[in-house]
Amino acid sequence: MNQKLLTSAVFAGVAAGLIAAVLQFMFVIPALLEGELFETGARVHFGADGSPESDRGAPGLGGEWGRHLMTVGFNIVTYVGFGFLLLAAMAVAEMRGLTKITPRQGLIWGLAGFIAIQLAPAFGLPPELPGTPAAEIGPRQAWWLGTLVATALGLWLIAFARGPIAVVGIVLILVPHLIGAPHLDGYFGVSPPELSAEFATLSLGTSAAGWTALGFLCAWFWTREL
Amino acid sequence: MNATTQTIARADISLMPIAFAVLTGLTLLFASGYAQASVLHDAAHDQRHAMAFPCH
Repeated sequence: MNQKLLTSAVFAGVAAGLIAAVLQFMFVIPALLEGELFETGARVHFGADGSPESDRGAPGLGGEWGRHLMTVGFNIVTYVGFGFLLLAAMAVAEMRGLTKITPRQGLIWGLAGFIAIQLAPAFGLPPELPGTPAAEIGPRQAWWLGTLVATALGLWLIAFARGPIAVVGIVLILVPHLIGAPHLDGYFGVSPPELSAEFATLSLGTSAAGWTALGFLCAWFWTREL
Repeated sequence: MNATTQTIARADISLMPIAFAVLTGLTLLFASGYAQASVLHDAAHDQRHAMAFPCH
């Protein structure tokens, strides 16, 4: 049973990582590559002629197969990592008698993971199109990490704490946003705002799907009778 | 009855594999999402942007 925890995380992570990669290549990577056109200056928005207009349309995926293969590979690494953490949390919840994991319940665990790891940090630090200048990487990573830990703990308390302690969960989720994410003092983006907004929602939607698949698959592999 | 037995069997899980899972998960995520070494950063670049990890 112990070994099953680890193998389930690997199987679920590889499968969810592949699902996420397919969705990314359908929806997110085209917008990312289009953003790079503005990052490199191949396209210019708010050009010197005073017109804010620029062409719309993503370039093709191109022939950079090594680069795209890396993206698929790192998706798998990332989702296997998420899978290990999610299954560890599921196992702790079962061990303490808080719940009994089922694949259907796994969907909710996956969505909670999405909220803690993607949505809550994105509330302060939206997914960035390439070419979006941002504050120093160190403070941003620290805020990002603090936010996802606080949100994960907060969701855990809301789900499993008895009585008024659940309110502490709400406070934990709220606090990082009251502190506020590190930002620059001005706006320096070179991409059209439409494209940046699309990239943010495409990225979040894709990871919502990836996380939901991961939650279901983790629970399914783990509870499956061999 | 069957369900009860299953619960007991799975509740039997010890802390060691859970701790191992947490450490493995954190190591993988550090490499894919957090480490700033430039080789790792360049290879993981698109995926980090797509996952909204703070990248550079």
